[in-house]
Amino acid sequence: MKPKAPPARRALLALVLAPALASACTAPTPESPWERAAFRSQALAVVEAHAAAVEADYRASRDAAADLQAAVDAFVAAPSADGLEAARSAWLAAREPYLRTEVHRFYGGPIDAIEGQINAWPLDEVYIDYVEGEPDGGIINDPAGTPTIDADALIAANEALGEDTISIGWHAIEFLLWGQDHDPAGPGDRPYTDFVDGPEGSAANPDRRRAYLAVVSALLVADLTTVVDAWAPGDAGYRADFLGDDPKASITKILLGMGSLSGAELAGERMTVAFETREQEDEHSCFSDNTHRDLLGDALGIQAAYVGGDGEPGVSSLVAMIDPDLDARLRSELQASVDAIAAIPPPFDQAIQAADGEPAREAVRAAIDALRTQTATIAEVAAVLEIQLNLEE
Amino acid sequence: MIMRDDARIFGCPIGQVLGAGIGLALGLGLALALAACEPGEPGPQAEDGEALAGGETTVFDATPNAFSLSARNMSFERRQRFVVGNSFFNKNWVQAPSSTEGRDGLGPTFNARSCSTCHLKDGRGRPPGPDEEFVSMLLRLSIPGAGPHGEPLAVPGYGGQLGPHGIDGVPGEGTPTVVYVDEAGSFDDGEPYSLRRPTYAIEAPAYGPLPDDLMISPRVAPAMIGMGLLEAIPEAAIVAGEDPEDDDGDGISGRVNRVWDAGAGALALGRFGWKANQPSVRQQVAGAFLGDIGITSSLFTMEDCPAEQAECLAAMSGGSPEIDDGLLDDVVFYSSTLAVPARRGVDDPEVLRGKGIFADAGCEGCHTPRLETADDAAIEEARGQTIWPYTDLLLHDMGEGLADGRPDFGADGQEWRTPPLWGIGLVETVNGHTNFLHDGRARSLMEAILWHGGEGERSRDAVLALAAADRAALVAFLESL
Repeated sequence: MKPKAPPARRALLALVLAPALASACTAPTPESPWERAAFRSQALAVVEAHAAAVEADYRASRDAAADLQAAVDAFVAAPSADGLEAARSAWLAAREPYLRTEVHRFYGGPIDAIEGQINAWPLDEVYIDYVEGEPDGGIINDPAGTPTIDADALIAANEALGEDTISIGWHAIEFLLWGQDHDPAGPGDRPYTDFVDGPEGSAANPDRRRAYLAVVSALLVADLTTVVDAWAPGDAGYRADFLGDDPKASITKILLGMGSLSGAELAGERMTVAFETREQEDEHSCFSDNTHRDLLGDALGIQAAYVGGDGEPGVSSLVAMIDPDLDARLRSELQASVDAIAAIPPPFDQAIQAADGEPAREAVRAAIDALRTQTATIAEVAAVLEIQLNLEE
Repeated sequence: MIMRDDARIFGCPIGQVLGAGIGLALGLGLALALAACEPGEPGPQAEDGEALAGGETTVFDATPNAFSLSARNMSFERRQRFVVGNSFFNKNWVQAPSSTEGRDGLGPTFNARSCSTCHLKDGRGRPPGPDEEFVSMLLRLSIPGAGPHGEPLAVPGYGGQLGPHGIDGVPGEGTPTVVYVDEAGSFDDGEPYSLRRPTYAIEAPAYGPLPDDLMISPRVAPAMIGMGLLEAIPEAAIVAGEDPEDDDGDGISGRVNRVWDAGAGALALGRFGWKANQPSVRQQVAGAFLGDIGITSSLFTMEDCPAEQAECLAAMSGGSPEIDDGLLDDVVFYSSTLAVPARRGVDDPEVLRGKGIFADAGCEGCHTPRLETADDAAIEEARGQTIWPYTDLLLHDMGEGLADGRPDFGADGQEWRTPPLWGIGLVETVNGHTNFLHDGRARSLMEAILWHGGEGERSRDAVLALAAADRAALVAFLESL
C-alpha cells in the first residue's frame, strides 16, 4: 500500500506556488464553489435526496425488525426447532437493511443518541445469559438481581458496568438466538430447548429467557421507530434541521458519516483489531457468523451515500462539478472496497485466524487496505469541497 | 499537515491553508505575503506557530472528539497500531478465566475495568458529585518512610493504592469518600469568590484497620494528549529549568524528580503523573494497567496483592503476563500519539491581552510556553517539534493548601509537577466539566489559579490584584489553550 500525500499538502503546495500569493493581502480569494448558484442549488438537491434516502433506509430497517419481532413472538409462544430457525432467518434478513443505515451515524444525528441501545458491540455475553463454565451467569439467571425482565430493567442494565456490559440491541438478540460459537466451521448452536419449560428444557430459567428475547426484540423495533420518526418529513424532527441548515453543514455530516464508518470504525475497530488479535470476540456478529454480511452492508451504505441512488443525486454529483477525476477515483475505490469485502471467504472468524499468507487472511488485509485508501480519498473529497474532516484511516 | 479556514500569520491572511513544517516553500510564500502587507496595527500579536500547540501533530478539532485523534503527521502505515491501541484502551477487561482470553485478568482488586473509564474520551477525570461513586479518580496510599528506590511505603493490608472494587470472591478494599468545606475569599477589588476544600476518607476498610499515620493522595485521571511529545523533550532541557535554591530570586525553585525506571533498573528523570513519578509513557501505561485495572505485564509481573489479602492471592490469573508485550506496545503507542488540539483564537485581541497578563503575573515561570523536542525521539511523530505545552515538567512547592502530605520519590508532600496546560480550554467540551487540579477541587480555571500557593503565591497574588476585565482576559487566554 503506497501512502498518498495528504490532501492538505497538495493543496498547500499549489497555494504556495501560486503567483497570486504575492498579493495575498489585497487580492480576492478565488471564488468558492459554495458561492456559485448552480453549485449551491445542486448541493440543496443532494441534501434533499439524502434526507429522503435516510428515512427510507431506516424505514426498511424498522420494517424488517418488525418481521423479526413477529418471528420471535411466534417462537417464544411455542418454542420449537423450526420456530428458532425462522427467528434466526428473520434476524439475518433484518440485518441487511440495518447495515445500510450505519453510514448515517457519527455526526450527532438521531441514531447517535440511541445507537448504544440498538447495535452496541462487543458484547460480554455472560452479562446476559449462561456461558460455558458459568451455568448461572447473566441477568436471565439472576432473578434476585433483576426480578422483572421488562424494557425499563434491560435499558437500565445496558452498559451499566462499562462499554461491553450490553443487555439489549441486535447482538443481545443474536446471542439469545445462536448462543456462544464453539464451532470453528459454523455459528453458535443454542438448542431451542433453552426456551422450553419442564424436563425437556436444557437450561435454567426458560421463562425468563423467553421474556428477555421478546422484550429486546420489541425494544429494537421501538428504538428504530424513534429514528424513523426523527427523519420523517415535518417541521419538528431532525430532518427539518438537516434540510434547513446551510447545505455545506449537511454535506459535511454526510461525509463525516462516510469517513468515520469507513476508517476508524470499519477498517479500524471492526477489521484491523480483529485481524491483529485474531480473536473471535473481536468480530462483529460472532454468534451467528454473519460478520461478512455486516461488513458488506456497511460498505454498500457508504457507496450509496456518495453515489446517490434511483436517479437521485449524491455527493458525487457535487464533486464532479469541481474535480471529475477525483470523483471518478472515489467511485472506483468505493466499488473496489465492496469487491474486496465480498472476496473474504466466510466465516470471518476463520479468515482472521488463518496463517499469514493464507488467502483468506490476505483477503481481509486487502479489504482493510481498500477501506483505508477510500477513507483518505473521502478526506480529499472533503477538502475539495472546502470541508475539513479529521478522520482516522 | 493542517488546514483551517481563518489562518493568519502576523495578521495577514495567507489563504485557506496554513501548513506547518513545509520549510522553504512556505517561508518564501510568507516573505512575499509580508512584503505586500501594510504595517499592522500596534499591539500584541500571535507568535509564529503558537496555534500549533503540538507542532506537526496538532489537530484542528474543537469538538467532543478533540482529544481522541491521532497525531496528524502519523504515516498511513503506522495508523494501524494506533487503531489497535485505541481499541484496547477502550475495551473492558474481564475476570479470569473467560472465553475472552485476550482480555481477561481484571483485578483481583481494581479501580476501573478499562483505561477509558477514567480517561473518558481520552480526556480528564473528575471527582464524584454528590451521591456518586469515585469513577475517574483514585486514592494513592502510603505510610511514612521510603522503599529501597525512594518509592512510597505500602500500607499493610492495602498496598499503595485503594482498589474499591474486587472480582467475584475478592472484597474491594474500601470506599473512598470526599467532603468539601467552602472557604470564602475576595479579589483585591472586593469581588468575592469561594473555594471548596476537600477532605478524603476511606469507609468500610475491608482488610483490617487503617494505620493512624495513613497518607492519602487523591489523583484525577489527566487528559491523554501530547504524551509522546513530553517524553521527547530532551532531559537536558528539563534539567536546565531547575533552580532548587532559587538563585534568580523569582520565588520559584523547581527541581526534577528522580524515580525508579523498572525496565532499566535504575533511577531516571520523572516526567509523568501528578508528582512526576513515572519516567516514561511505557511505565506510566504499564503502571496504570497494574495499579488501576489489575493487569500484569512484562514490566510489572506480580499482581498487587498485599500479604494480608488471602482472597486476592488465591484469585485466578488471566495469564502470565495478562497483557502481552505486543498489545502493551500498541496501547503505549496510542497513548504517545494522541494529537494535541490546535489553539483557538490565538490572534483574538482579548486572548492576546490575557496572554500578556499570564506572562506579567509570572505564570510562565513554571508553565513554560514553548519547548523543542529531540530530533532522535523514540516516537517518530514527536521528533523535532516546536510545542507549546505550558509546563516545565518540574516539581514545585505549591503550598499547604494543595499539599497531599504524601512524598513520592523525590517529591515532598507539598510538591507537584507543573501540569501541561495544552487542551485545558477544551475539557468542558470533551468531558462536560471544568474541574481542575490534581483532585479536581477547582470548579473553574480561576479557582485553579486561586489555589496556587508556595512557589505560585506571587502569581496568585498578582491575579488577585487584577481588575475584573483583566481577569476575564486571562481566562479567555487559558480557554484558548
